[in-house]
Amino acid sequence: MIKEYKTIKEIASPLMVVEHVEGVTYDELGELELPNGELRRCKVLEVEGDRAVVQLFESAQGINLAQTKVRFLGHPQQLAVSEDMLGRVFNGMGRPIDGGPEILADAHMDINGLPMNPAARAYPAEFIQTGVSTIDGLNTLVRGQKLPIFSGSGLPHAALAAQIARQARVLGDNENFAVVFAAIGITFEESEYFINDFRRTGAIDRTVVFSNLANDPAVERIATPRMALTAAEYLAFEKDMHVLVILTDITNYAEALREVSAAKKEVPGRRGYPGYLYTDLATLYERAGRRQGKKGSITMIPILTMPADDKTHPIPDLTGYITEGQIILSRELHRKGLVPPVNVLPSLSRLKDKGIGEGKTREDHAGTMNQLFAAYSRGKDAKELMTILGEAALSEDDKLFAKFADEFEKRYVSQGNNTNRSIQETLDLGWQLLKILPRRELKRIKPELIDKYLPKD
Amino acid sequence: MSGTITKVSGPLVLAEGLADANVSDVVRVGSQRLIGEILNMTGDRASIQVYEETSGLGPGAEVETTGMPMSVELGPGMLDNIYDGIQRPLPEMRAASGDCIARGIDVPALNREKKWDFVPVAKPGDKLRAGDVLGTVQETSAILHKIMVPNGLSGELVRIESGEHVVTDEIAVLRDEKGKEHALTMIQRWPVRIARPYEKKYVPARPMNSGQRIIDTMFPIAKGGTAAVPGPFGSGKTVVQHQLAKWSDVDIVVYIGCGERGNEMTDVLMEFPELKDPRNGEPLMKRTVLIANTSDMPVAAHEASIYTGITIAEYFRDMGYDVAVLADSTSRWAEALREMSGRLEEMPGEEGYPAYLASRLAQFYERAGVIECLGQDERRGSVTAIGAVSPPGGDISEPVAQATMRIVKVFWGLDSALAYARHFPAINWLSSYSLYLDTLAPWYTEQFGESYMKNRTQAMHILQEESELQEIVRLVGQDALSPADRLTMETAKMIREDFLQQNAFVDEDAYSAYAKQYRLLDLVLRYDAACREALDKGVDMNALFVIPAREAIGRAKMADAKTFAADYDAIEAQMKKEIAEVIAGGEDA
Repeated sequence: MIKEYKTIKEIASPLMVVEHVEGVTYDELGELELPNGELRRCKVLEVEGDRAVVQLFESAQGINLAQTKVRFLGHPQQLAVSEDMLGRVFNGMGRPIDGGPEILADAHMDINGLPMNPAARAYPAEFIQTGVSTIDGLNTLVRGQKLPIFSGSGLPHAALAAQIARQARVLGDNENFAVVFAAIGITFEESEYFINDFRRTGAIDRTVVFSNLANDPAVERIATPRMALTAAEYLAFEKDMHVLVILTDITNYAEALREVSAAKKEVPGRRGYPGYLYTDLATLYERAGRRQGKKGSITMIPILTMPADDKTHPIPDLTGYITEGQIILSRELHRKGLVPPVNVLPSLSRLKDKGIGEGKTREDHAGTMNQLFAAYSRGKDAKELMTILGEAALSEDDKLFAKFADEFEKRYVSQGNNTNRSIQETLDLGWQLLKILPRRELKRIKPELIDKYLPKD
Repeated sequence: MSGTITKVSGPLVLAEGLADANVSDVVRVGSQRLIGEILNMTGDRASIQVYEETSGLGPGAEVETTGMPMSVELGPGMLDNIYDGIQRPLPEMRAASGDCIARGIDVPALNREKKWDFVPVAKPGDKLRAGDVLGTVQETSAILHKIMVPNGLSGELVRIESGEHVVTDEIAVLRDEKGKEHALTMIQRWPVRIARPYEKKYVPARPMNSGQRIIDTMFPIAKGGTAAVPGPFGSGKTVVQHQLAKWSDVDIVVYIGCGERGNEMTDVLMEFPELKDPRNGEPLMKRTVLIANTSDMPVAAHEASIYTGITIAEYFRDMGYDVAVLADSTSRWAEALREMSGRLEEMPGEEGYPAYLASRLAQFYERAGVIECLGQDERRGSVTAIGAVSPPGGDISEPVAQATMRIVKVFWGLDSALAYARHFPAINWLSSYSLYLDTLAPWYTEQFGESYMKNRTQAMHILQEESELQEIVRLVGQDALSPADRLTMETAKMIREDFLQQNAFVDEDAYSAYAKQYRLLDLVLRYDAACREALDKGVDMNALFVIPAREAIGRAKMADAKTFAADYDAIEAQMKKEIAEVIAGGEDA
């Protein structure tokens, strides 16, 4: 029997205190019934004796303390999952908003998930060809990886994420794939950009959308990525699909978290974000991966806009410590007109080493990758020196490196959003660029491979 | 002895009616019997940190104390195993609850069914005291596990049983001074927050060989020493830790993944059984204990994992082994302290960390050291503690990095600029230091002669000079430098690229023996000396910089471990010949 309470003591949005409760547990989902019959959701944040501190997911507007009823539902927040979710659009709380019918649940899953046992994980090692040279060649994505895009306001992260979603393929494999897209506090236009792109390519039928737009309640955002990941876990590990999860924008998520934390009067950590921001983000990101004995996988591309392009801001900083690398976009390259403006040097994929090489991509991949990085770094240094002292101050070698850096940006990085390069094309292009440099500087590559692959003419 | 919950706030639970419980007792909370630990007591009310997710817990639920502080089980079966932060074996949890970690699972840390062949060392009638070896078990092909008399016991051995036993079997009986008989098994329990006792502590004087050139030659660490590896994300902390776990010449490695990525632990689990110890050819996993407390596991267990790891390390040290503890990352541990402190509403110190952060860190690192073990055979063991630090934005002025730097003796500062240029290990040679250089120098001199340390000093000098010269180059360009300075810059570049850089993912380069390190650096310095001589004769420096031997030196680190000496002789001869040709050519012209 579910009890109803009319004992709301106070409301200070987004928090509410209910008194004289009985049997209420931490993290339990609750429901408010307003006098006009409207239903709103909430969850228990803290319970002490017969007093419960409850977080509202929606606005507190119109709630009357005396007449509003509260029910606690006896379970944490859940999502009804089924294969029919594909092709549907839900709001941030998991309710359909595309006018279609309710989902006939195959199961109800706790949206918080459970930590994955490291002994049950399968190491991600399957190369995903995204068709983007800076990713495939230098920061290789593999199935089951979480690789965020660090962007800034006004940078074209959406175009890059859409390009990856459109082009990503595993070589020699067109298995069951699905996209789960979570719009977290982004604008209608940005969300439509993705959805139109999915529609254009036909991927929409294989896509589940969770949409919490900028004008939706901010606290709902805390649930939205969890909804998306629960759906992804169901599709990947129950239905054997390879799921690509795009979460955008994590910055909005962290701000919602900060809002609730401040309302709870918690001791703030860096920049007012709660001290548990790291563990909280980890419980999202770590849900990506593969499991032994399961066919499916969850590959995650979270997008976050770095406030003031600052990589040391808590959100990108903590994210970088959890995710397996990062793709960083550069405002400077964007101004120069490079598309996509991937800032190659600080970008990184931690899982690339097991996903590349003979049998996966090509034997020369690891060596050329390191060589391109090292050469581009030296070329950028040389160019910096050149701006101060003029070209004459450079040694002959450094001049070649400076030229290499220019060509690299022009031909390798700036490929446009509609070019889909195969990994062979990417690797061959790398060799053509390395030809600019004297052979004795190619120390990162084995001599046999130089003999085999360096273009002769 | 049970109480009732009055408040639940995340991992913090308050309960009343626990007058019988002690501070630091482990308690079981609620119907799911979640594992928790008592932090504070006020009257009969206890603040409890729960090591598992508390969702679904509410006031009125029961709390039961075990009457024991947070302890680990010590005995055969820990090696080649992987535990969570409170020593629950993950493979067995997987068998019990599937791919995800369900709550309240209770799995014994040591397998109760596996039989071990116990070989007695002590004989009935022997007078034994704590720490004396009763007998041995060949735990893995690499490690002989010594079963010792537990701390606090001494007396005469009455009986001892050889043969196949499970860990809980009685293997010996000891009669103490009062005539009371104690049955002994292969298991000992020890509270994790208390350091295990030893006879005597010594100053570390032997280096720990890691096979990493920048560490062994430039900034060595002693066995029994402490080191910190701070760096921003993506600078290669974890790779450095993995390399140390793989190649260090210690007997046992305890690897603590504290609040880090799940896939990294999976990587270790997959890779270590395949890798062979370069010294005895045994799979590395056979000497390794893994503590995997991934970031998505409950935060309270991050805090416990560090203690669990170092207690296991001390236990192996007490057998007389050299043990390395690698903690990745101590920042996550500090953050767990901060989170619990915040929930306890304690007065925050710097950046919200509790005021006791520095003393807790010091207590952890102080558990490292070279010691004489308890027991009558005067065996020695050591624990080397190496902690990664993940400072926000790589800025080491923050509290965790600062508190760590005050304690540790070796500092391997990672640098994001080096990492961007794919210079790995990205240990910055200018900001790093090792305070063991003086105590270790005699060992190096004894083993490899005077020139080892002399070369090291010279190389450091060249690198230091390079950084000064770079300032000048940045201002006025390199044409302003004298040929001798240009050569210094060139040699520094060779030290950086051809010596310090080491590729962890290439078999030939991942591990470098002392002899190879010495010869490689020597080769670079000989090139420098030969060029300097040539410059004195007025030779064009650019001709010296492009001799083909330079490419050979650049690839010299890839030389095979067996044949490198001959290879390096050949390169040296080639270099000398080519420089002589340049000199001769210069004179002809």
